[in-house]
Amino acid sequence: MKVLVAVKRVVDYNVKVRPKADGSDVDIANVKMSINPFCEIAVEEAVRLKEKGVVSEIVAVSMGPKQCQEQIRTALALGADRGIQVETDAELQPLAVAKCLKAIVEKEEPQLVILGKQSIDGDNNQTGQMLAALTGMGQGTFASEVNVEEGSVKVTREIDGGLQTVELQLPAVVTTDLRLNEPRYASLPNIMKAKKKPLDVTNPDELGVDIAPRTKTLKVEPPAERQAGIKVGDVAELVEKLKNEAKVI
Amino acid sequence: MSILVIAEHDNAELKGATLNTIAAAKAVGGDIDVLVAGSGCGAVAEAAAKVEGVSKVLVADNAAYEHQLAENVAKLVGDLGKNYSHIMAPATTTGKNMLPRAAALLDVQPISDIIAVESPDTFKRPIYAGNVIATVQSSDAIKVASVRTTAFDPVAAEGGSAAVETVDIVDDAAVSKFVGEELAESDRPELTAARVVISGGRGMQNGENFEMLNKVADKLGAAVGASRAAVDAGFVPNDMQVGQTGKIVAPDLYIAVGISGAIQHLAGMKDSKVIVAINKDEEAPIFSVADYGLVADLFDAVPELEAKL
Ligand SMILES: Cc1cc2nc3c(=O)[nH]c(=O)nc-3n(C[C@H](O)[C@H](O)[C@H](O)COP(=O)(O)OP(=O)(O)OC[C@H]3O[C@@H](n4cnc5c(N)ncnc54)[C@H](O)[C@@H]3O)c2cc1C
Ligand SMILES: Cc1cc2nc3c(=O)[nH]c(=O)nc-3n(C[C@H](O)[C@H](O)[C@H](O)COP(=O)(O)OP(=O)(O)OC[C@H]3O[C@@H](n4cnc5c(N)ncnc54)[C@H](O)[C@@H]3O)c2cc1C
Repeated sequence: MKVLVAVKRVVDYNVKVRPKADGSDVDIANVKMSINPFCEIAVEEAVRLKEKGVVSEIVAVSMGPKQCQEQIRTALALGADRGIQVETDAELQPLAVAKCLKAIVEKEEPQLVILGKQSIDGDNNQTGQMLAALTGMGQGTFASEVNVEEGSVKVTREIDGGLQTVELQLPAVVTTDLRLNEPRYASLPNIMKAKKKPLDVTNPDELGVDIAPRTKTLKVEPPAERQAGIKVGDVAELVEKLKNEAKVI
Repeated sequence: MSILVIAEHDNAELKGATLNTIAAAKAVGGDIDVLVAGSGCGAVAEAAAKVEGVSKVLVADNAAYEHQLAENVAKLVGDLGKNYSHIMAPATTTGKNMLPRAAALLDVQPISDIIAVESPDTFKRPIYAGNVIATVQSSDAIKVASVRTTAFDPVAAEGGSAAVETVDIVDDAAVSKFVGEELAESDRPELTAARVVISGGRGMQNGENFEMLNKVADKLGAAVGASRAAVDAGFVPNDMQVGQTGKIVAPDLYIAVGISGAIQHLAGMKDSKVIVAINKDEEAPIFSVADYGLVADLFDAVPELEAKL
C-alpha cells in the first residue's frame, strides 16, 4: 500500500524565536530551518512500515516556498520514494494545508496519511484532524504505536490519562507523538541518492484550493518575563523561604 | 452571541477543565450552552446544569459517544455548532483531538490554546513554545477555539440551575472503533489541576528513584510530573510529561528536580507562581526561571526536603 507523509519546514527546535521589535511578526531571518521533529517521526514510521513489507511506496509532501524542497529531500534521504511540493509564498493556515492535502489524497489514493501531531512553530495541532474530517477518514492522533492489519490500522494514542487504542478503517490519518519511534540519521549515500529521486511541484491553484487566510495575526509580543530569583544555601533555607516568604507550603 | 462549550468528562464525572473553559466563554460574553456527549452520562449533565453561568445543557447520550471518538463527536459538534457564534473546548488531548475535526466540517480555521480573550473575535495564544504570544483575529462566521485551562480561573461548580435538554442526533461515522485503554491509577491530584507539582528529569536516573519525589508529593498533596527525557528513557509514563508537547501546568508551586530547563520544558511550566529548581549544575538554564534555586545533588537534597516538611 501507499503512504503519504506530510513534512513541514520549521525553525529548528534549538532556536529561541523572538518577536520583531515592532511586534508585526516573529524574527526568523537567517535562523536555522529544519524538518519539524514530529514530521521526522512520521517519515521514520513510514520507512519502518516499508521495511516490514507493509508499505510499497512513500510519498512525502510539503507546502510552502521553494526552500521547503530541502525538507522533502531530507524525507527522501530517510527513505521516502518521491516528493510533491505545493509551492506558495503565501501564509498557509492549517485549514488550507488540510485542503491541499485532501486534493493530493484524492489523486494519490494512499491507504495511510501520516502527519506530525503538531508543528513546533505554529503549535496548532490541527492539520491531521482537519484532513481526516475533509476526507471522511478515521484519525489516530498522538500515536505511540501503529499496527497495520487487514483493511484496518490499530493506533495507540498518548492521552492525558495514559494510553488509548483505537482501530480505524483504512484509509486513515495518523499523527505522530514523541514515543512512536526514534528517527534514524540519513547516511551520506542516501543523501546523494535522494537528490535523484523524483520531486513534482504543483501549487494551490492547480489543486483548486483557496488558501486565503481566515485568521489574521494582529501582533506578536514576548511573554511576561519572570523575575530573576535567588539561590538558597541549603534545604533548610529553601523550606523556610517557601513557608514564610512565598507562603506556598 | 451564543457559545457552545464542549464538556470534558468520563461519563461519570464532569472534569474541572470544563469550568476553566466556561470561564473563557464568559470572557467572550453571551449565552453559554454546554454539550455533554457521552453514554450513560446523565450525572454529568446534572453537574453541568449546576455550574455558574450556564444557560442550557444539551445531552447527547448514545453508545456512539461513549469513548469520545473524534469521528462521531466532531460530527455532532459540527451539526449543533451551526447555531452558535462560538464553539469552545478545553485544550486537553480530548479537545485537541475533536475540535479541529469539527471546525473543518464547518469550514472554519480554529484557534488553538487561547490564553486570553481580547474581544469576541480576537484572542491571544502562545506560539514557538511560548516564546512568542500572538494576538489573532478570526474572520470566520463561527469562532472555534480550544482553551488553555491554566490561563482561566474556573467558574464555580455550584450556583447555576440550567435546563437540561436531550439531543437525539446520533452521529456514528463507523470508521473508528474503541479497542481499549490503559489509564494511570493514582490517588494524587491531577497534574494540570494540582496546587503543587514536583517533576523529575533525566537526573533521576531511573524509575525507582521517582519514589523519592512521590514521598515529597504525598507530604505536599502534590502531583508528580516529568521531563520528556525522563519519559523517553522509560522512567515514567507519557501522561506525566510536562512541556510544549506534553501537559501545561501552572501550579502555585513547581519543583523541578534534575531537569536542565530546555525551552520545550519551560513552555509547560513557566507560568507557575513559584518555581523551585534543584540541580547540581549551577549553570543549568532552569535557574534562570527559578524563584528559589538550590545547587545540590538531588539524591541528598530530596530526602532532606522530605524530612524537613
Ligand atoms: C506571526 C506569524 C506569521 C506567519 N507567517 C507565515 C507565512 O508568511 N508563511 C507561512 O507559510 N507560514 C507562516 N506562519 C506559520 C503558519 O501560520 C502556521 O505554521 C500554520 O498555521 C500551520 O500551522 P501548524 O503547522 O502549527 O499546524 P499543525 O496542525 O500543528 O501541523 C501538524 C502537521 O501538519 C503537517 N503540516 C502542517 N503544515 C504543513 C506544510 N506547510 N507542509 C506539509 N505539512 C504540513 C505536518 O505534518 C505537521 O507536523 C506564520 C505564523 C505566525 C505565528
Ligand atoms: C519536538 C520536541 C518536543 C519536546 N517536547 C518536550 C516537552 O514537552 N517536555 C520536555 O520536558 N521536553 C521536551 N523536549 C525535550 C527537551 O528539548 C529536553 O531534551 C528535555 O526537556 C531534557 O530533559 P531533562 O532536563 O530531564 O534532561 P537533561 O537536559 O539531560 O538534564 C538533566 C539535568 O539533571 C541534572 N542532574 C543530573 N544528575 C543530578 C543530580 N544527581 N542531582 C541534581 N541534578 C542532577 C543535570 O545537571 C541536568 O541539568 C522536546 C524536544 C523536541 C525536539
